Parts: sequence; structure tokens; C-alpha cells
Amino acid sequence: MDSLQLFTRQTKAISTARRSLLVIESIPGIRYNEIVDVQLGTGETRIGQVIEVGKVTTVVQVFGGVSEVDLLNSRVRYKGETLKLPVSGDIMGRIFDGSGNPIDGGPPIVADTYLDINGVPANPASRMPPAEFIETGISAIDGLNVLVRGQKLPIFSGSGLPHNKIAAQILRQASLKGKSEEFAIVFGAIGVSYDDAGYFISNLEETGALSRTVAFINTASSPVIERLSTPRLALTAAEYLAWEHDMHVLVILTDITNYCDALRELAAMRGEIPSRRGYPGYMYTDLASLYERAGRISGKEGSVTIIPILTMPDDDITHPIADLTGYITEGQIVLSRALERKRIYPPIDVFLSLSRMMKEGIGEGNTREDHNNVFMQSYAVYAEGNYLREISTVIGSEALSDRDRMYLSASDRFEEEFISQGEKERRTVEETLGRAWNIFSMLPTEDLKLIQEEYIKKYLPKAPKGSIGEEPR
Amino acid sequence: MGKIWKISGPVVIAEDMRGSQVYEVVDVGDGRLQGEIIGLENDKAVIQVYEDTVGLRVGEPVTGTGEILMVELGPGLVGNIYDGVQRSLVTMMDDIGDFLVRGVRTDALDRKKKWHFTPSVKAGDMVQEGDIIGSVPETGLIEHRIMVPIGTQGTILEISEGEFTIEETVASLEHEGTEKPLTLMQKWPARKPRIYKQRFDPEDLLVTGTRIIDYLFPLALGGKAAIPGGFGTGKTVTLQQMARWSQTQLNIYVGCGERGNEMADVLHSFKKLRDPATDRLLQEKEIFIANTSNMPVVAREISIFIGITMAEYFRDMGYDVLLVADSTSRWAEAMREIGARLEETPGEEGFPTYLGSRLSAFYERSGRVECIGKPERMGSATVIGSVSPPGADFSEPVTQATLRIIDVLYSLDVALANKRHFPTINWLQSYSLYADSVDKWWNRISPDYNEIRDKALITLQREAELEEIVRLVGPEALPEDDKLVLLAARMIREDFLMQSAYHPVDTYTEPKRAHMMLSTIMKFYSLAEEATELGTLVSEISSSKILPLISRMKDIPNEEFDDYMKQLWSDIDKNPFV
Repeated sequence: MDSLQLFTRQTKAISTARRSLLVIESIPGIRYNEIVDVQLGTGETRIGQVIEVGKVTTVVQVFGGVSEVDLLNSRVRYKGETLKLPVSGDIMGRIFDGSGNPIDGGPPIVADTYLDINGVPANPASRMPPAEFIETGISAIDGLNVLVRGQKLPIFSGSGLPHNKIAAQILRQASLKGKSEEFAIVFGAIGVSYDDAGYFISNLEETGALSRTVAFINTASSPVIERLSTPRLALTAAEYLAWEHDMHVLVILTDITNYCDALRELAAMRGEIPSRRGYPGYMYTDLASLYERAGRISGKEGSVTIIPILTMPDDDITHPIADLTGYITEGQIVLSRALERKRIYPPIDVFLSLSRMMKEGIGEGNTREDHNNVFMQSYAVYAEGNYLREISTVIGSEALSDRDRMYLSASDRFEEEFISQGEKERRTVEETLGRAWNIFSMLPTEDLKLIQEEYIKKYLPKAPKGSIGEEPR
Repeated sequence: MGKIWKISGPVVIAEDMRGSQVYEVVDVGDGRLQGEIIGLENDKAVIQVYEDTVGLRVGEPVTGTGEILMVELGPGLVGNIYDGVQRSLVTMMDDIGDFLVRGVRTDALDRKKKWHFTPSVKAGDMVQEGDIIGSVPETGLIEHRIMVPIGTQGTILEISEGEFTIEETVASLEHEGTEKPLTLMQKWPARKPRIYKQRFDPEDLLVTGTRIIDYLFPLALGGKAAIPGGFGTGKTVTLQQMARWSQTQLNIYVGCGERGNEMADVLHSFKKLRDPATDRLLQEKEIFIANTSNMPVVAREISIFIGITMAEYFRDMGYDVLLVADSTSRWAEAMREIGARLEETPGEEGFPTYLGSRLSAFYERSGRVECIGKPERMGSATVIGSVSPPGADFSEPVTQATLRIIDVLYSLDVALANKRHFPTINWLQSYSLYADSVDKWWNRISPDYNEIRDKALITLQREAELEEIVRLVGPEALPEDDKLVLLAARMIREDFLMQSAYHPVDTYTEPKRAHMMLSTIMKFYSLAEEATELGTLVSEISSSKILPLISRMKDIPNEEFDDYMKQLWSDIDKNPFV
């Protein structure tokens, strides 16, 4: 038996209470980062965490702040444990708060095991490169920014843009091509409004997906500190389902911006030296400790795929939150306010979006042999059209040649017929590719330089569908 | 033995530590986490711990090992995968499973495996430090040369051919009456540069197979280069391409604070891809150090030094070695984190004030040298580091400190990435200080090298100027000769500089072939210049049937390339503008 259990592991010797920190006289056996209960004179109990421990003093950060802490009557009880999540197969279909307590009115979880919410890093030598195509039914993603199992692909959005709709659509529609098995869904709401959290839950309920969902909800009014534990709880649940129950898990985390702001708030309270825009210097590493939990492991059936959502302050992609995320994730889906203003849904900016795992997930056996060619050609046509549109605003469209006007029109059709689709519309990847081919058919065949001849013969529609001036709607 | 006195993140202070030395490796706590002493004050030692310190308690034991952090050097390195403190991840996977548990020790080199040692000296020979005494065939590509450790000399008493583990004595030396056994393995402190006889300027091209690098901004064997770029600019792919195809004898890939999935991709692809020159698996000439972004931060700092020590060790055998480090920014951030925990006075953006000197300490260990010991031999260590500037802003401290040290800059450009022009090396901002010293190498391939390179660079520069004008007045308003510049620049960009890492042929281009490709474009350009002077319109030139043939050059398999080019040149000579 641990001799330390013999001590009464609590103390009233608090010497300082300032910002969210308590400085306490040390007692033996305190573990670094262990969880403590802070009992106030009023009887209220708050959770705290040891953030520094020395022979003489211990520093505890109190979640929920130190208001009403008095140095005479408050006491600190050490629990000897770091934050753990009780898990079992029964967590499916349940909703928890940011501390892991059920909030759906159901019974507490009878745990098979307790897992440290920080997880354990996977051995890079054990990882499998992600390669299996996930069909989301959204052309801009399936055609141009393919998502694969085990990838982490964030949505970079801005306030007021329909990122929640897109994420909900992905959750409803995501499936592995040609297979009927469905994803388990883990949803982590971090500091979002009550409405936003409710939107997802009711959406999942409507489609009957709630029974294969585990949700962790920290709304804007919940304690700030739980913004840090919510995604960790979600990912711990996801890893448990993936590695212990062989499930393919899709994790949605929203909104990472709230997470980072909480990180900044708590770091500032600790008096740490801030880095860019006041965020802590270790934010890259901290975000990596979340995102890197995506992946596949050789010899294991399951997978963890993460779609974090973040709103870029002032739509600024160089803002530290978007920037550091982009350095860790395997690409990004960027939403565009310009497309949104044109009433195009989903307003996905094809130029700024990118999936680094795309090449592994497409082609014969995954999607279709011509996918990569179609991707490159679509991109080139749309880029050319956009460039010409930019020029024509300066010099006027009259100064453009016929060929240029044809490209302008092709690029318009690309936005209207390829990128744009209904919120409930689920397109197969073949349909997505077909739409691109329809647009190619209005261009001279010799302009399709990026497509191999055999595919042109095989897939190019024989009679051009729609030409300039008579675009099908 | 000391005791933990204070714990703050990865920094632990221990008391009762008298007799320890700075940089000594220590075991921290009941779980025996690995750490390194970074400072001493009276009886207290400041320790950076390479593993997560969660759960440690004040009063737990701290034990010194008496050794500073040593890199194990010997047969078994090549093809292995290490974490930041040289624990073999392959061994850990076999022994403890798919996740990294704390406090585990593994040997860097397999102690049981037998290697066939063939001596190249005999009993009675006098040997000095660095002398090669024999060799072990480590992989199909690497002959591991066994050297007399630095600081050792004497007369060979006994040496024999046979099967040995790395710890068994393969030879014994006698020096001033004492006998010293030699084994296949030696150790070297990671932070200390290995010695050499003399350093030389780099002058031979390091063939990477990436056209814009080899032709426009060449890297020389023994040189040092940096690749800064915002996210999404393909830093990692560019580095991976270099680690894959570089025609060096050994490559070391240090993944420092980067993505786990990408590391998995590298590891898996090297098991399948073959070296173009030898047709052997790339794995046979590669050492991996993988310290992904979710692995302990502190180990990032030392991982780079472990990598460069291995590079120097193989350099000392007389090999050309390439080390790529992805990313030095994550490395610098690790230093910043430790610095903050130690409450050091921060420099710019919170980075420690010694950021610049630590970066130089790494990059300066590159070089082309005459190795110590007999037989006389030259070796080189080339270093390429990626930099991840926040917000793609190159004015930040890590990029700026790096620029002061390196000789070649490959500046990656977000705008090119958004246009899907890969590699995204910006031709206007990148430079190579080796261009003049490797032109001798290039002139052996073709005496026209300098002329063609200069003309290509000037054309690209001219294009950038004209682009500004086009944005104001449109392309049609330009005079014909300027329109031709735009056409030629476009050909250089699309048909030469753009290169697909995923196309089986295009991924690697031999220098000779690269030269053929660019000189074909430039020849077409020259003929077109003559034609426009005589009144041919650029719109006619740009519909020439030759252009698609030039575009296809990239994808023609090597064995058909000569015939293809012969045909192409004869077509160009006949009448290109119909």
C-alpha cells in the first residue's frame, strides 16, 4: 500500500490567493498536475490542478477562479490523480459536460476502465499512413480536398459563415465508399453558444445518428477551464472507441478559437510570458497534443478522424490560431465570405483549401482512375477564370478575347454547378467528377492538357451540355 | 543520489546533487524518467526531463548516470527509427506496443545481432584516431567502416575477421603498456562536434533531382540550406523529396515536432521506394529520427544534435551525408519553452537570447572535410533545415537568425502554393551562394550551363515586372517582344520548374536531363525571338505544335527520353512556328 495514503492529504495552509492561483504550503506526496478539491468557507467546492510543486510551496490553479476563497477557512484536498474519464461501451449515445459528467439525465457510466484524458502519444513507427477515402457527399471536398480516415482536416471559418451547417452535413453523410458501416461520432463543443450545441444535437437526433454519438458539451456559460478538458475528454472517448472497440470515429471539435482563448486566459493568469497576440508560446505543442490524436495504427481496425472547426478572428488566416492549426493539421477547408455573399453553399474557397492526404485517398481502387486529372484540370480552369475576372475588373470584359470569356463562363459554372449544392444533397464521387466533366465539355478538347487522353475518350460527354449563354440551372 | 525538490512542467529541480556535472544524464523519479542536468547551483541541479512529468512528486529519487548524453554509433544505425533521445522506436514497438510509455529504456543499437567484420589492418600495425581498421556490410548500400575512436591510438595486438556483436572485442590495441579493446560500437557526446583534419569549400553539386534546386539554386556537398515557408507551401514534401532522391551515400531525416501521419508516410514510403542510382531500397541508406509534435518537447532540442552527430560519424568514414531537419522552428520553440521555465531573460518574441548561437552550433557542423585518420579520405555533411515562420512572416526571429547562417535559401511561397505550383520555391527570393563554385561541376555536363541559367533567371525576373503592367493594361496591350517574354517565362515555369513529387518519372530528374529540358525551352525561345523580329505574331508562336511536345518532356520515361528529344529537336529545327 502506498504509504502516502496514511497522510491526511488536505491542508488549510493557503498563503496567497490571487487571480486564479493559490499558493499553498507543501505537504508531502503531492503529484505534479494532480487534481485537487478546493473547499470554500461557504461550503462550495471547486476543482483545481497543481501547476507547480516544490518542497516549500505548491501552486494550484483553481478552475472557476478564486473569488470567495479566504485564507482562514478554505481547505485544499489532494486527490492523487490526474483527470480521468470513466469509459465503457455504454458511453455511446450519451451526452456529457466538460468534466465528463452525464448531462442527458441518464445514469452515470459504469466504467470498464478510467483513462487519462491527456492520452499517450502513438509510436510513429506504429502509425499507418491514412489512405481510405471518406465520401462526404460534398463536391468541393470529395472532388478537390479529399478527406481520408485518420486525417485531421480543420474547417477555417469566420463569424457568420455556415461552418456548423457544413460540419453537420459531413456528420450526416460521411461514409466509406462502397461500405455500409457507419462512423461513430464524437462531438466536442467548446465554449459554443447554447444554440450552436443544440443545433448539432437536434441534427444528430433527427437523422437517428445520436445513438452512435458521444457528445461533450461546454457551452459559453460553462467554466472556462473546462474548455481545455472538453476536447481531451472527447478525444479520449474517440481513442477508446477506435482502439478498444475497432470503430471508425469521426470527431468534430468546435470552436477551437474558444479553446485557444481559454488557453490564453489561463496562461495570463499564471503570469506566463506571452507570445504572438498574447497566446502562450507553447500553443503549437498544446494544439498538437489534441490534433495528433488522429490517426491509424498498424494492426488495429479502428481509426480517429478529426475535423476541428475554428473561426478566424477578422477572417485572418495568419492569426495564430489558424496559423498554428494549419502547421499541424493535414490541410484545411477554408470558407470564403466572398462566395457566401454570392449565396453559394457551401462557400468553400478552393484556392486556400487543401488536403495533404488527398493523393493517397484517390484514384483507382479508392475513387476513380481519372480523379487526380480531373482535380488538376478543374483547378486550372477555375484559377484561369478567376485571374481573368480580376483583370476584367480593371480593363473591362470587352478587352478580353473570346477564349478568355469562355474561361470566365466556365469558372462561373464551376461555382454554380460544382461547388454549390444543397444542404441535404448527397453526391456520389462519380456524380462530383461527372459535374466537372460537364464543365470541361464546353472547352476545346486540346485545352484539357492535364488529363490523359484515355480518360478524355472515356469520360468526356460527347454532346456538350450547355454552352455560353445557355447555362443549365 | 538526490531528491526532487521542485517540479514545474518539464523542468525539475533536485537537491543533494553535489558531484553531478552539467549535461549529465539522470534518472528522475520512481518511474526513472530520462533527464539531463542543464544547470547546477550549490547542491541543487536544474534538470530538463525528456518525458512527461505529470504525476511526479517532491522527494522522489534522482540518480545520476555519470555520463553526459552520448550517441551510440555503430552498425545497426542505418534503417533504424529513433525518438529524440535515440531510443529505437522499432524496438519499443516490439517490446511495449503502439503507444509510448514513460520511463522505458531501449538500446539504440541491437546488442545481440552479429555483424561480419573484415579487418583492413593487421597485428603489429600502428593506428591513430580515425584510422579505418576494417568494415562491416551494414546494408546493401552502406559499408560501415570501423574507425579507431577519437582519442585512441596504439599498436594492433590482435585483430580478426568474423561475426561479432557491437560489444564484442574485434581488435585490441597496445599503447604505452596498456591494452585497449576495440568494438564495433563507439560513443560520442551529442553536443560536441567531431574533429577533422581540414575543412574545404563546398564545390560539388549535391544532386537532388529537383530541377529548380539543382539547376537554378544549386546546393553543394557540405553546404547548409534553409527552407522557410508558411503552412501549406509544401515544406515537408520538398524536404522529403530531398531526403529521398539526393545522391548522397547516406541520408538522415530528423522529424522534429512535426506530424505523426507524415512521419508514418515517410517511413512507409522509404520501405518501398528505390534509389535511382543503385535501384536499392531507400531504407538502406536512411536513418530516421522521429520526435512528432505530441512527443515530449524537451527531446526536440537534443534530437537535432543527435542527428548531426550521426551525420559527422558517417562523414568521418568518407561518405557524403545529407541531414534534413523538419522543423527548426519547433526546435527553437522547445528552447523557448525551457528558457521560460528557467525564467531566463527572453529575447525577441520570447525566444532565448542564445537562439542565434544555438542555431549556428547546429548549422556549422555541416561541411566538406578531409577526415582524420588513414586512409586519406574526404567526407561531407550537408544540412538542410526547414523553418515554419508564423503567418508566413519571414521577419520573425527564427527565420532571421537562420538567414544569417545559411548559404542557400529556398524560400517557399504561399501564392505559388495557392496556384498549385509545386515545388513552391520562389525564384525571385531564393538564392544560392554555391552557384559560382558548382559551375565547374555543371560545365562538365555542358559548357552552356551558366548562359542558360542566367537567361532563364533574367526571363523570370522580366516576367515579374511585366505582370505588374499586365494587371493595369491587360496582356493584349503589350508589345510583341514582351508578350514573348511572358510566353517563355510561362514555359520555364510550367514545363521546367513545376515538378510533381508524385509522378514516377517527374519526381526525380537527373542533371543531364534537366539541362536538356531547359536548353530545349531556351532554344525555342531564341528561335521565337528571331521570328518575332521578322514579324511573326506571338499568338502564332503560342499555337505552335511544338509547345505541347515541350510540355510532355517531363513525363517521358528515361529510357525513351533521348529518342524523344532527338525527334523534338529535329522538329524545332525544321519549322517550329506552324
